[in-house]
Amino acid sequence: MTRDAISDVIIEIIKDIDEDADTATLASDKPLRDQLDLDSMDFLDIVMELRKRYKLQIPEEDYPQLATLDSCVNYLEPKLRDI
Amino acid sequence: MNTLPAQQRIVITGVGLAAPNADNLSDFRAKVLAGISEIREIELRYMGKAPAGVCTFPETRYRKKKDNKRGTRAGCLGVYAAHEALADAGIDFSEYRRDLTGVYIGLTEHGTVETENEVYNISQYGYNVDYWTHHHNPRTVLNNPAGEITMSLGITGPHYSVGAACAAGNAALIQGAQMLRLGEVELALCGGISESVGSFGIFASFKAQGALASHQDPTKASRPFDLDRDGIVISEGACLYCLETLDRALRRGAKIYGEIVGYAMNSDAMDFVMPHGPRQAECIRLALSRAGLKPEDIDIVNTHATGTRQGDIEECRGLAEIFADCPTTWFNNTKSIIGHAMGAAGVLELAANLPAFTDNMVHPTINVDRLDPECALPNLVLNEARAVDKVETILNNSFGMVGINSVIIVKKYNG
Repeated sequence: MTRDAISDVIIEIIKDIDEDADTATLASDKPLRDQLDLDSMDFLDIVMELRKRYKLQIPEEDYPQLATLDSCVNYLEPKLRDI
Repeated sequence: MNTLPAQQRIVITGVGLAAPNADNLSDFRAKVLAGISEIREIELRYMGKAPAGVCTFPETRYRKKKDNKRGTRAGCLGVYAAHEALADAGIDFSEYRRDLTGVYIGLTEHGTVETENEVYNISQYGYNVDYWTHHHNPRTVLNNPAGEITMSLGITGPHYSVGAACAAGNAALIQGAQMLRLGEVELALCGGISESVGSFGIFASFKAQGALASHQDPTKASRPFDLDRDGIVISEGACLYCLETLDRALRRGAKIYGEIVGYAMNSDAMDFVMPHGPRQAECIRLALSRAGLKPEDIDIVNTHATGTRQGDIEECRGLAEIFADCPTTWFNNTKSIIGHAMGAAGVLELAANLPAFTDNMVHPTINVDRLDPECALPNLVLNEARAVDKVETILNNSFGMVGINSVIIVKKYNG
């Protein structure tokens, strides 16, 4: 998957959790939870959705790497290379 | 009970509801008076089609879509009904404290819908529990609907659910009244909720017992007392009341729907599913005696009757005996119109009749084409609403599985 495609998937998942989320003005290098009304349960929703779509297991110690949109893409790009 | 001091007398000051045919008391009353059922056919996982009562109401009036998605259907129904009840009562927490408000919710069951959905979900992933949702536990704890109400309203007093099968709605009202009397809270938001139309298992189990109604026309499937009745129509719904003590209600100039003047609960101690008329009759007599009333003092008896062959007969036997020679006591059944709303049944059925204190009408029992002689109570109001001279007292029956019985008596408040 391309970096843009990965970014789009994350935004899509966020909108699925909260359709009112303002994703148009997201700063890709700032923490998602500072910019959106997402709590820890919502974050687990993102992890679960990635697991369901791509059979991707993300260990708990890697969760901090999903803090920003940029870091999500950096983390997921090698794992989703063959998708 | 009207020899009690005002601080011990309990009054209803607000009603919020979602029923299969209405989302507010005024429309609900109009629909039940006109005998309009909006029971429809739904499609269930593994079960196929069945008649059911489904509620349509403004789900995002008081809560964001995101929160509705996080929570349960019961929570969604409950949050709506709770806000509506408080608005109806004119309570904005300027006179009552949030930390002295209690939320008491009657449920027949909870967690069934969520668990069925989640087992189905992981079946799509080879039953790998890595796919089991982190939302399951907070969604399935029994206090979930009551808790979601406290979260939405910032209520920090006690909240919990009362489990009493199909008597749960009445049981929660009783719990609220008792907590007010004890001084545990100064305002009680209480009632019942059902999300049971989301559970195929509940439908399947009633079907297995031969107790799930069916009819070509879903609005005709729920037919208590009719010779051709064949079981229960399951409905979702919610009805919450604001209960206050009379002195506080009068002090703030509250509108008073009625006073809870008597109640009783007891157990059949007989059978898992078969109701026991004599014990129901004991419960009714106990409620009457606590209210200081005689059978002939009751103007409307709202029956429990769910449309099962034997259940309807058991209830009618007890009622016929207690209310023999009561020429001004009228009987009706709300489930014929809205189906069986499980935890919300008792409280929705009471709400269907409360406006009788002002409009002096008894709403009809619909779908009785051929009255079963074993259910032929005198003064049973059938198919059309009836205008009567006065309505001052309503007696509301709700009975449930594993033999739980509840009776509530509400009296018009005349000052």
